[in-house]
Amino acid sequence: MDPECARLLPALCAVLADPRQPVADDTCLEKLLDWFKAVTEAGSSLLLLQEHPCLVELLFHVLKPQDLSSRILSFALRLAGIFAAQENCFQFLQQGELLPGLFGEPGPLGAAAWAAPSVRSGWIQGLHSLAQHPSALRFLADSGAVDTIFSLQGDPSLFVASAAGQLLVRVLDLALRGPAEGRVCPQAWDWPACARKVVCHLEDCLRSEATPRVTQALHVLTTTFGHCRGLWTQGLWARLSPLVARLLEKDPVPAPHALVDLLLGVARSPVLSSDPGLWETAAQALSRLSPTQAGPLAAGILKLQDCPQALRIQAFSILLQPLAHVLEATAQAPGTPRLLEGAAGDLMAVDTFPPSRSACVGLLCSALAHLELLQPLPQRPSPWPQAPLLAAVVTILRFCNGSAAPSSEAGGRLCAMLVGCVRVQRAALDFLGVLSQGLGPQELVTQVFAILLEYLVSPDSSPTVLKKAFQATLRWLLSSATPPGCCDLEPYAQLVLGELLAVLQKRLCSPCWEVRDSGLEFLTQMTRHWGGQGSFRQALLGSEVPELTRQLLQDPESYVRASAVAAVGQLSSWGLLTAPSSPEHPAVPQKTPLEELLLVLTTDSEGFPRRAVMRVFTEWLRDGYADVAEDPEQSVAPVLRAASRDLDWEVRVQGLELALVFLEQLLGPRGPSTAAPPGALTQALQALCRVQLFEFAFRSLFDCDRPVAQKSCDLLLFLKAKATPSGSQQEVGDGPNVASVEAALRRWQAGEQGQPLGELAPEAVLAVLRSMDLEALRDTLAESSDHVERSPQSLLQDMLATVGVLGDNEADCY
Amino acid sequence: LKLYRKRHPTLPCNVLKFKSTTIMLDCGLDMTSTLNFLPLPLVQSPRLSNLPGWSLKDGNAFLDKTELIDLSTVDVILISNYHCMMALPYITEHTGFMGTVYATEPTVQIGRLLMEELVNFIERVPKAQSASLWKNKDIQRLLPSPLKDAVEVSTWRRCYTMQEVNSALSKIQLVGYSQKIELFGAVQVTPLSSGYALGSSNWIIQSHYEKVSYVSGSSLLTTHPQPMDQASLKNSDVLILTGLTQIPTANPDSMVGEFCSNLALTVRNGGNVLVPCYPSGVIYDLLECLYQYIDSAGLSSIPFYFISPVANSSLEFSQIFAEWLCHNKQTKVYLPEPPFPHAELIQTNKLKHYPSIHGDFSNDFRQPCVVFTGHPSLRFGDVVHFMELWGKSSLNTVIFTEPDFSYLEALAPYQPLAMKCIYCPIDTRLNFIQVSKLLKEVQPLHVVCPEQYTQPPPAQSHRMDLMVDCQPPAMSYRRAEVLALPFKRRYEKIEIMPELADSLVPMEIKPGISLATVSAVLHTKDNKHVLQPPPRPAQPTGGKKRKRASDDIPDCKVLKPLLSGSIPVDQFVQTLEKHGFSDIKVEDTAKGHIVLLQEAETLIQIEEDSTHIICDDDEVLRVRLRDLVLKFLQKF
Repeated sequence: MDPECARLLPALCAVLADPRQPVADDTCLEKLLDWFKAVTEAGSSLLLLQEHPCLVELLFHVLKPQDLSSRILSFALRLAGIFAAQENCFQFLQQGELLPGLFGEPGPLGAAAWAAPSVRSGWIQGLHSLAQHPSALRFLADSGAVDTIFSLQGDPSLFVASAAGQLLVRVLDLALRGPAEGRVCPQAWDWPACARKVVCHLEDCLRSEATPRVTQALHVLTTTFGHCRGLWTQGLWARLSPLVARLLEKDPVPAPHALVDLLLGVARSPVLSSDPGLWETAAQALSRLSPTQAGPLAAGILKLQDCPQALRIQAFSILLQPLAHVLEATAQAPGTPRLLEGAAGDLMAVDTFPPSRSACVGLLCSALAHLELLQPLPQRPSPWPQAPLLAAVVTILRFCNGSAAPSSEAGGRLCAMLVGCVRVQRAALDFLGVLSQGLGPQELVTQVFAILLEYLVSPDSSPTVLKKAFQATLRWLLSSATPPGCCDLEPYAQLVLGELLAVLQKRLCSPCWEVRDSGLEFLTQMTRHWGGQGSFRQALLGSEVPELTRQLLQDPESYVRASAVAAVGQLSSWGLLTAPSSPEHPAVPQKTPLEELLLVLTTDSEGFPRRAVMRVFTEWLRDGYADVAEDPEQSVAPVLRAASRDLDWEVRVQGLELALVFLEQLLGPRGPSTAAPPGALTQALQALCRVQLFEFAFRSLFDCDRPVAQKSCDLLLFLKAKATPSGSQQEVGDGPNVASVEAALRRWQAGEQGQPLGELAPEAVLAVLRSMDLEALRDTLAESSDHVERSPQSLLQDMLATVGVLGDNEADCY
Repeated sequence: LKLYRKRHPTLPCNVLKFKSTTIMLDCGLDMTSTLNFLPLPLVQSPRLSNLPGWSLKDGNAFLDKTELIDLSTVDVILISNYHCMMALPYITEHTGFMGTVYATEPTVQIGRLLMEELVNFIERVPKAQSASLWKNKDIQRLLPSPLKDAVEVSTWRRCYTMQEVNSALSKIQLVGYSQKIELFGAVQVTPLSSGYALGSSNWIIQSHYEKVSYVSGSSLLTTHPQPMDQASLKNSDVLILTGLTQIPTANPDSMVGEFCSNLALTVRNGGNVLVPCYPSGVIYDLLECLYQYIDSAGLSSIPFYFISPVANSSLEFSQIFAEWLCHNKQTKVYLPEPPFPHAELIQTNKLKHYPSIHGDFSNDFRQPCVVFTGHPSLRFGDVVHFMELWGKSSLNTVIFTEPDFSYLEALAPYQPLAMKCIYCPIDTRLNFIQVSKLLKEVQPLHVVCPEQYTQPPPAQSHRMDLMVDCQPPAMSYRRAEVLALPFKRRYEKIEIMPELADSLVPMEIKPGISLATVSAVLHTKDNKHVLQPPPRPAQPTGGKKRKRASDDIPDCKVLKPLLSGSIPVDQFVQTLEKHGFSDIKVEDTAKGHIVLLQEAETLIQIEEDSTHIICDDDEVLRVRLRDLVLKFLQKF
């Protein structure tokens, strides 16, 4: 602890102990505890208490019957726990009878303060901290705290109840870890009394008819097996697993979600997953739980690295069931693809689908989401039923838009439940997109594109559904490139393209800005992939899409303008924006895309479009887009000028990024390379001076937004490295120019806006660069802006300041 | 209580017979038969007159009604909205109808505008001659399809005249929402806001003990009219449900979005947009949407034209019916601001309106533009001119927003057509999801609706969600079918005069239930029933007079007391034994018991509502037994 903190500590303790002093907010106390925790982890707690008796006094003070606020009481309990985590300090506090006073019967437990949830929470957290050593275990057993913890499991405050469960896990771990260390599987009679007590309590709970008690026990066990890896967990599971299995025999199964969590936790534990009984229980759970409840368990099982194949098949069929049901509902002929063959398929009667709309929708959505997560995993079930899955998703989407014809009464019910359901549509479109990773029979792919087009065309598609439909379409278009990796579109996809562009045209005119926005994003992505491809170019240039995109640069919604900027950037970099001038005004020459984007950068009132413009310019410069590549200096200069004056810090950062790309093109790429040849360097510096980069960069060094300053620092460091290779120090005399620049920099650093630098000579720039300690500046900037405010000293000062102990008031006391 | 059904469900015309009154519910005019005729061009069109297979000879004719009932017996007509009164002149003017028509003020005013527009459209292109011979069945058979398949052409009528319109409208009595109107003292009718159009109403028809709700053309969407009053529909015995949306799969919000997108796309490419529409209704909402959209879509410089003989009145009327508007628009009036933003569009010259394409319009006309004009059937009105003018260019678009006509049939005589056609039917009336919510909320005992609503649409037979779903299942009826409504009238309210009531002495027969006998004269007049005290028995002054008095009033004899209660057989037998009867046998019968006194050869038949003592001419015994029976009964 630094001396300043040590000096402030007694005053702070006095403030905390004084019920008349209003203590700063809870976050201060939390920070204080964090600090004490860090201090005790770094050194001896005992020493700390001995050096600062005010701390022990504070704890003793709390014991006195008085009107202390509950938050101070809670704080003291947690603080005592932190100190007592070290065994010698624990004994030190025990000697003073402090711990029984705080955590035992005489303490807050019996007092009125116990009614405050924060006190109960503090009590639990204090015990949780101190439960680190055998002495603590004895203390817990002797003080009767374990019974209190049991009762707190049902506390009305969820935080308290949950913390009580965690504490039980801690107690179990502490009790069993020690004696059982190294032994294969300790038997129950070897367990310490405290552990036996906890385990008996858990057994009682598992046998209970009250679902909340069962849930509590399951939560405790889940945490135990999730966090504790000791061999003793085997013994515990062996003893409790029959009770868990018995829960599955009840009807209805109590606490299904907690049960699923427990089974998955056990299955994931490296110590327990070898137990064959576990897989039997899991299989039983899969068959006993309802499809909705079993879904997460099935998905969890399928994600496991290794588990019995039969169980995996069973789990997979649980996830496939709802989709298989959908397929059944429309199956016209027996030849249609089935998702579940044989016994698994027959298991599922058509009526197993939940009767209520929300339950049915929930089941379908979760099945789709689980399958979506499973698809890309290496351990996904094999063979993966790609074709029936595709057929099922297409059918779901058809049910949702009312175009599917059900073949049974159950199908009719399903149709009525799914029509217009946005949730299912979104989930199905997401999954459909993921399915594009695998191939499917041509006939099905045709159906996929057909349903996607239906969704894109339909006026009833909500904006979010439409966005998902665009995303899925893009994924399918990408996957249909033949051969994979080649950027040409398949003939069928080319046919689709014409219709897509017609839809896009209409969507770009939608009154709903989200729709226009996702349409533009889709266009940008498509152009990025196929901008150079003949049939795409032809189709696009034949449509009104490029012209509409250009018009959307004036959209009232800033997000749309930003997307339009990106789209215009992408279109014009492929030469797709050479739209003919309008037939009505043939004389008026159209602005070039470069000019148009510059106009957005200088005039748009919102940040998003301006940021987008900067990204486009950076991309253009990096990729050597024709208009920019012709004369980069001419193109970059006005952009940098505009960016340097921008009020949005992200635009300024982007401006510096653009400058960096420009620099790289002049001087070679970044990295531990050698210096640029002197001739090139001089030319480059002249060019940089002409585009007035230095004024921008130097000014940005003192920008009030740290990322801008950091970026500028990086830029100048890069330039410095290029200009002065390590070892050689070229001296350029300190001309008057240098002095004025340095003076200007000092003024800027002091926060004055000051005069512009004016014309700069390359030599002067180099001199200034050399004289500046940019490395030190970079290190300063790398520290978070509140590093001063976050120091413990500052915390203590703040807390004291709020109650007015510091400074002048101190003198007034006497 | 009977319901007669005519016409199709969105243009309802039902007749309800209820408590001796005959009430016609709406009289919509189905104009789809006009699609069988050629368009009436404002200028002679060589193309139209030379079309093969089309007859231009006959003018205009509309479907009228079949003779299911004698319309002169209709007592009142209740109108629910201005679209549902277009057949009114046919009914009030030529059928001997003598009754009253009830409607709200906006319904009448806007209904008048619609009729005026219709008459104007037809009359401004007069026909030199009109043919009717073809209606002869033998000739009709020879005509090309679809004319030869048209049904009941003999009932098609010429369009009415302005005189007939005025005469018909003069029979309307204006009513306000929640106003109670007594019909002959028998029933009370009340209009309620239905949320569909300015002044549109649902009707409650109730007596003291029965309540029938007539729900026609209602909307739960937030558009310009006052929201629908659902609460007042509760506790109905019967709810007659008509006028649901014609396009249940088209969500009005999506359609408006579609409308705007297509409009912008066309105009941005230099094309013109034609919107065939009625002069009132959805057009107000469309103009409001466009008001918000055009600036954001960069269409501020595009002129909007609204061409109709009643355009001006329609736009102005909408602004003055503040009390009939939704809350939002009502509050604007107090600011004061015009409730509809089309006022601002007119002020800023973005929206211009003209009575017809002649005159000012031809001077101001600038392209590209958006034109709203009638008639949505594309058979008459200024829209015919624009179809001819713009049909050849693929830059232009016609956007159909009115759901009443099949757009493909409407377009038929204009083929081949280069112009783009977009179908965005905007129908804000209730869809089936809303209906099921409404019925859950209102909980009528019985729902009665046209047959079409009880099954999915024929084109989408799998869409079980597109039908009325309620418990108990809705009773359906077809065109020209008579349906007996599923409840019997059981009670009638009768008033008792105060002096008569004073004289009653109620006796409590069960806790909470008291009875009293009443002797009175029932007086019935104008469907009101009153119990009056009976006249005092006239003093017997002379034989002649007395006789006359007994003619006038019922003879008031001394009344025997009324009996109530039941006879416990066991106790009765004990009592008989106590009184010396022996050899008693009791037999159970289906209705009660028979007590046999074998010795006395007497039989006492005890049933729920009667007791008979059958003995062999022994009056003394009978009276003794009677008195014993009476001991068990209460008298009053």
